[in-house]
Amino acid sequence: MNELIYTVAFYIFAAITVAAAFGVVTKSNLVHSALLLALCFIGVSGLYVLLQADFLAAVQILIYNGAIAIVFVLGTMLTRRSSRHGTNDTEVNIPSRVVTLVSGLFVVVTLGVIATTPWHYSSGVIVEDTPSLLAQLILTDYMVVMEAAAVLLLAAMIGAIVLAKGVEE
Amino acid sequence: MIGLVHFLTVAAIVFAIGLYGVLSKRTIVGILMSIELMLNAVNINLIAFSRFITPEVLTGQIFAIFTITVAAAEVAVGMAMIFRVYYDRNTVHAARLDEMRW
Repeated sequence: MNELIYTVAFYIFAAITVAAAFGVVTKSNLVHSALLLALCFIGVSGLYVLLQADFLAAVQILIYNGAIAIVFVLGTMLTRRSSRHGTNDTEVNIPSRVVTLVSGLFVVVTLGVIATTPWHYSSGVIVEDTPSLLAQLILTDYMVVMEAAAVLLLAAMIGAIVLAKGVEE
Repeated sequence: MIGLVHFLTVAAIVFAIGLYGVLSKRTIVGILMSIELMLNAVNINLIAFSRFITPEVLTGQIFAIFTITVAAAEVAVGMAMIFRVYYDRNTVHAARLDEMRW
């Protein structure tokens, strides 16, 4: 019974994710794309829950939906142009068909590789209490990486302000 | 039985959709959105591998956290650049931003 619920939940979240992602690249209105992107992030966070990454599911909702999707909607509305074309058109010419073909080919090749690779599944015990173990790892083994990420975020923040606002020379 | 292969399949499809978007969208905002899709696909992969290949350590989830950090920084800087380009050139169409084309 649990197995069945897990399977159904997986297919629901996978369908939400893929359909929303498809909508993001096919909708011709950029606001619709941004909102579908938020839906896609929610689907991905559901997949994280199924993968027993509860902390990352929460982080996904907080950062991607709370910050990134909002920034996209904001950016869309601040850069809107009144034109007869849609705001998020797709190129329709010969190179774009080639691009579609390449993307389709990428899926086929990747799925082939996934299907033929002999994966070495581990039967180890699954970590139940992820947030505390993640905190422990980040503050011990991955300390330097965390500091680098902090510096990166600071640099990105300053850079974003300088780029968007400009500086007095 | 849902296994590693199912999650990898979803991630591959989302990545390919993002790839298609990056190469075919006309506005740079749309391109940035597609890049986010690709980063999310990578995160699904990392966490799926962490869950099925090495469940006793959380290396994949740590990697995913740093990917999310970099994605957030990338969006902040990318949107700032888009605002700047829009302010200077009054357009966000990638085809019209071709001053540096050789």
